[in-house]
Amino acid sequence: MNKLVYLVPLFPLAGFLINGLLRKSLSKGIIGFIGSAAILASFVVSLVLFFQVKGSGAAIPVEPLFTFINADTFKIDFAFQVDQLSSLFLLIITGVGFLIHVYSAAYMHEEPEQHVGRYFAYLNLFVFSMLLLVMGANYVIMFIGWEGVGLCSYLLIGYWFKNNDYNYAAKKAFIMNRIGDLGFLLAVFWLLSKLGTVSFNEVFPQVSRLTPTDITGITVLLFVGAMGKSAQIPLYTWLPDAMAGPTPVSALIHAATMVTAGIYMVARSNALYSLSEVAQHLVAIVGIATALLSATIAIKQNDIKKVLAYSTVSQLGYMFLGLGVGAYTGAVFHVMTHAFFKALLFLGAGSVIHAMHHEQDIRNMGGLKKHLPATHWTFLLACIAISGIPPFSGFFSKDEILAAAYAHSPVYWVLGVIGAAMTAFYMFRLYATTFLGQFRGTHEQEHHLHESPKAMTIPLIILAVLSVIGGMVGVPEVLGGHHELHAFLAPVLTTETHHEISHSTEYALMGISVAVAAVAIFIAVSKYSKKPELGEPAGFGKVLADKWYIDELYNNIIVKPLGALAGVLKNVVEKSGIDGAVNGVGRFVKYSARQLRLLQSGQVGGYILFMVLSIVVLFLLFWNQAMITQFLNKIF
Amino acid sequence: MGTTQILFWFLTALALLGAIMVLVSKNPVHSVLWLIVVFFAISGHYILLNAQFLAIVNLIVYAGAIMVLFLFVIMLMNLNAETEPQKSIWMKFFGVATGGLLLSFFISFIVSSIDLKNKTAQLKEGDVGLIKNLGKVLFSDYVIPFEIASILFLSAMVGAVVIGKKD
Amino acid sequence: MPIQYYIALASALFCIGVVGVLTRRNAIIVFMCIELMLNAVNLLLVAFSKMHYAKAAAAGAVTTAGTEGQLFVFFIMVVAAAEVSVGLAIIVMMYRNVHSVDVNFLNRLKN
Repeated sequence: MNKLVYLVPLFPLAGFLINGLLRKSLSKGIIGFIGSAAILASFVVSLVLFFQVKGSGAAIPVEPLFTFINADTFKIDFAFQVDQLSSLFLLIITGVGFLIHVYSAAYMHEEPEQHVGRYFAYLNLFVFSMLLLVMGANYVIMFIGWEGVGLCSYLLIGYWFKNNDYNYAAKKAFIMNRIGDLGFLLAVFWLLSKLGTVSFNEVFPQVSRLTPTDITGITVLLFVGAMGKSAQIPLYTWLPDAMAGPTPVSALIHAATMVTAGIYMVARSNALYSLSEVAQHLVAIVGIATALLSATIAIKQNDIKKVLAYSTVSQLGYMFLGLGVGAYTGAVFHVMTHAFFKALLFLGAGSVIHAMHHEQDIRNMGGLKKHLPATHWTFLLACIAISGIPPFSGFFSKDEILAAAYAHSPVYWVLGVIGAAMTAFYMFRLYATTFLGQFRGTHEQEHHLHESPKAMTIPLIILAVLSVIGGMVGVPEVLGGHHELHAFLAPVLTTETHHEISHSTEYALMGISVAVAAVAIFIAVSKYSKKPELGEPAGFGKVLADKWYIDELYNNIIVKPLGALAGVLKNVVEKSGIDGAVNGVGRFVKYSARQLRLLQSGQVGGYILFMVLSIVVLFLLFWNQAMITQFLNKIF
Repeated sequence: MGTTQILFWFLTALALLGAIMVLVSKNPVHSVLWLIVVFFAISGHYILLNAQFLAIVNLIVYAGAIMVLFLFVIMLMNLNAETEPQKSIWMKFFGVATGGLLLSFFISFIVSSIDLKNKTAQLKEGDVGLIKNLGKVLFSDYVIPFEIASILFLSAMVGAVVIGKKD
Repeated sequence: MPIQYYIALASALFCIGVVGVLTRRNAIIVFMCIELMLNAVNLLLVAFSKMHYAKAAAAGAVTTAGTEGQLFVFFIMVVAAAEVSVGLAIIVMMYRNVHSVDVNFLNRLKN
């Protein structure tokens, strides 16, 4: 049965090739159909694989496809691995991916045909790379997928390539990812040099052979990779800018799947991380810091997608907090629920933007409740879910992370709850400004307000249902549930920390976080539904609205010096150094050719003279052969 | 110093003098005449080496036929010292220097060579150069090259006629 | 006579021929210098022939050692005669075309 595994990435690859190569001859409808059908087929196969894994409780054995690298001391197979963790991710990727493809088909309907083909080709390629990332049986295959998703992210952010700002955003995302990728790559090299293998099945049983320094180095470098891909401090600034891409892309790549690659990778390497205190602390601190920083920024953003982008960064921070405190299941759980509600939020935002004719500023919205009922309700459900109100999915996953954080250190918990309160606040600020109150846009916009087509609302509804009930797979024992996800993932996440906190404490923790979130929601709704602040923020608010000036900071301390260095290299080193050397060689050859040309006088006498001279030299050489050989031996 | 030695040195000096005079003569006719002197000196050497056949052939072919041909051509063209083109002084200097260098190499080889120690060329006696002995070998072992040489002559003759005829 | 004398004489004649080729511009003189060089080689061949014959004869027995050398000289003369006939024909033609026997006129190789 393991042949089925190959089918999972094969369908999106086929979709990519068909859409990419025939984009000029296929109609929009067919392109959308092929793109979606490829993912649906993958989803069906993934479902089969998932139940197979669930039934047997063990990873599906997969034969390596071929030998990818065969060097002297190591051999890397192009191999897939489908176990509990990857099968769960397969479901998330293909399931959410399918819904977003369907949504895209409607959303991108106004685009010209060949660009739609390009869009779906990229999207399918993205899904293919993402599948490669989660299915790879070793770090190298994972890295191929890792790079592939980075490439697709770049291509899709710059989808509207005629807009230079978008291109700049795409480049920014790509370069920031490259910084992280370097860390990943170094970690893989380190692993390869120490253990001679990068296959998960061979690395994890052998971790005892590594010294603590090695483990810390490898895990920190891997985490640098995760920082880039999952937008953590200090490499997070690309993600908000990545909103330049089409909204479904933001939903799929920059919310639901690609940015969780870092979580997947850390969870996959849990055997390594649990051995390094330093790395775990680093992951937790970076996670909580990111969560708080981006939550504060999100409070003051006015672009509907920017709010969601910072919210994504913040939620990713939570996931890393979970990973850092050893709650791997909690992190993966949050990946799953986050994929549902954040995809839903983005698609809802896309629906709003679609209705508002590409207006993204929430100050020009308001009162959309009655115009877009389906979007409104699903958006509301997603907001509740992300705010952590029981029994919505976000509550369970976030609570699990917070509980683990409390067991680790109450400080993490306090910070986490503050972040959760801010999450609830900015989400409902967004909700209230957008959907409640009076419409503040132009008349023309109001006239054109319309609910999105079925192809867009149905994915919203499905995701809304998932956002509501998705948490049921991980109801903690304290609430009378049986944590099914935990049991399911246990064989993979072997080093999960089992925190022991009493039931009463846990009730108290839940109560506090829910209460705080509820208060935040109340404040936000009451403050923004009637008379949202429309003026320019002042004082501290301005600092938040301007994102703590992090972008400016990076611009000044990294981009500008690099630009100056590049200018020096271009104007001085290149012009006078390299060009000078190249031209100098050319000039020298030309000059010497002009001089040597004079030897070619056409005078036979001259030629004979040289001939005789050569004979003399040859005699000299033969006569002193031994001496010359000795001399040459000495030189070379 | 016996007669042989005297003859040897005399002929050597004559040959070298003739050769140098060939070089330095302004008038081409003089050059030709000096070259004939050189050929006679070399023929004398052949006789000294008891290579009688070659001595005669050298005189007939070179001094006789070839040099007369040269003389004819020169006179035909009416070349003389006045029309003689001169190379630049630098070219002359380099030519002499190069030739001198080559000669000095040869001489130094000869002086330093161990192989040549105590080797002598037989003078006055030895019948290898007699017509009888050479003819026997020429018409037995070397009969094919001999015939080919005659064809070469024929083709050279045809070639000379073709080149030399008025187009 | 020691063979070195002959070699030295032949070398000297040869080098004079070389110098002649290098320094003279008259095509006929150049040609004559080539003949001079050929004769230097001929002389050397005969000298060597006699050297070998003497050595073989000293070992006793009737020998034909050294014949080849002299026959080579014979063939060289044959070839030289053929060469002179063709070469002089070329020089005559050249004279007819450019009214000179200056080899410097023959610089068509330049282009």
